[in-house]
Amino acid sequence: MARLNKLQMSSLPDAVLDRRQAVPALIETPSDFLIVTGLAGTAQELTALTNNSPNVFGMGGAMGAALMTGLGLALAQPKRRVLVVSGDGDMLMSVGGLATIALQNPPNLSVICVDNGHYGETGNQDSHTGLGVRLDTIAAGSGFPVVHIINTEADMEEGRRLLREGTGLSFILLRVKEGPPNRIKRNLVPHVERDRFRAALLG
Amino acid sequence: MSDATTWPDDLYDLLRSANVTQFAYVPDAGHKVLINRSLADDNAHSIPLTTEEEGVALAAGADLGGQRAVLLMQSSGVGNCINLLSLIGGCRFPFLTLISMRGDFGEGNAWQFPMGQATEPVLKAMGVVVLRADAPADVIPTVSAAITMAFQSGQAVAVLLGQRLIGAKQF
Repeated sequence: MARLNKLQMSSLPDAVLDRRQAVPALIETPSDFLIVTGLAGTAQELTALTNNSPNVFGMGGAMGAALMTGLGLALAQPKRRVLVVSGDGDMLMSVGGLATIALQNPPNLSVICVDNGHYGETGNQDSHTGLGVRLDTIAAGSGFPVVHIINTEADMEEGRRLLREGTGLSFILLRVKEGPPNRIKRNLVPHVERDRFRAALLG
Repeated sequence: MSDATTWPDDLYDLLRSANVTQFAYVPDAGHKVLINRSLADDNAHSIPLTTEEEGVALAAGADLGGQRAVLLMQSSGVGNCINLLSLIGGCRFPFLTLISMRGDFGEGNAWQFPMGQATEPVLKAMGVVVLRADAPADVIPTVSAAITMAFQSGQAVAVLLGQRLIGAKQF
């Protein structure tokens, strides 16, 4: 049987938070932000959290696109706060984007990785983070000036403060257990997603 | 009319006059003037990428926020972009990319041929309109047309800058 190298360098404790409570607890006021999500879980839970508001652009595919879509938006809208909310699988596919973002250092952008260590949409296979790869370390090494890990409820307030005060580029690793996200019915017609976001923002 | 020495600067001026403000690129000799002009421009964003598909997603985000982006890449990079062009096609984002060709006219490095020769067909397969410039006098009219097609008609448009224009690298 093939065995993957479960990395020994990881010193993170087992995840204990349930994303269904943790994501709403972290993002207290989603209407304060323009939000880009990755596909699957984060698109579902941000749609649910905002009751399908057009300030959320949620991917239905294009895995790996969330980070850089967020950067283009943040550069175009310097007076608005922009949030990228994406899963560990989506972010692992675009780690170079973390380096590209850090070189721009947009002060109005925060990145939240909802890290459940698994590919929830495809059969719950272990992801690289589930085997010990540290996206927080990658973000710090890429040049993100602020990196915060939320392992437990005790770490939540600092994450909320970073989002509330918005004083610069930040990366928040929200570590959650396996399990389903909150979800409501969402639009999956791609051009409708673009059109409604732009209409709400640009008129 | 642009000549062999002036077309790169004329091209930068054209893009800026069309309100393109986000210049995304992977370093490339063929786009050197555009890259350097964008780095020197206080009113534009100069965005070096680690891989070309980052620029596809960036262009989508720029449009969501009401700005215009251009992706500058070599033909090799087109292969890296294919799946993310589904974001452009599905959402009907306007998209403009300028592609310096390798594996094209006079290429002396055999490694460049597979992607160079596949560049136009794979772009077309993903719904991108492909234009081409092979002479200095063609560049400005061709990119002007591409700007209209992308940002007025909402299409995804690539302009191939041929090796006849930019010169084949010597080996």
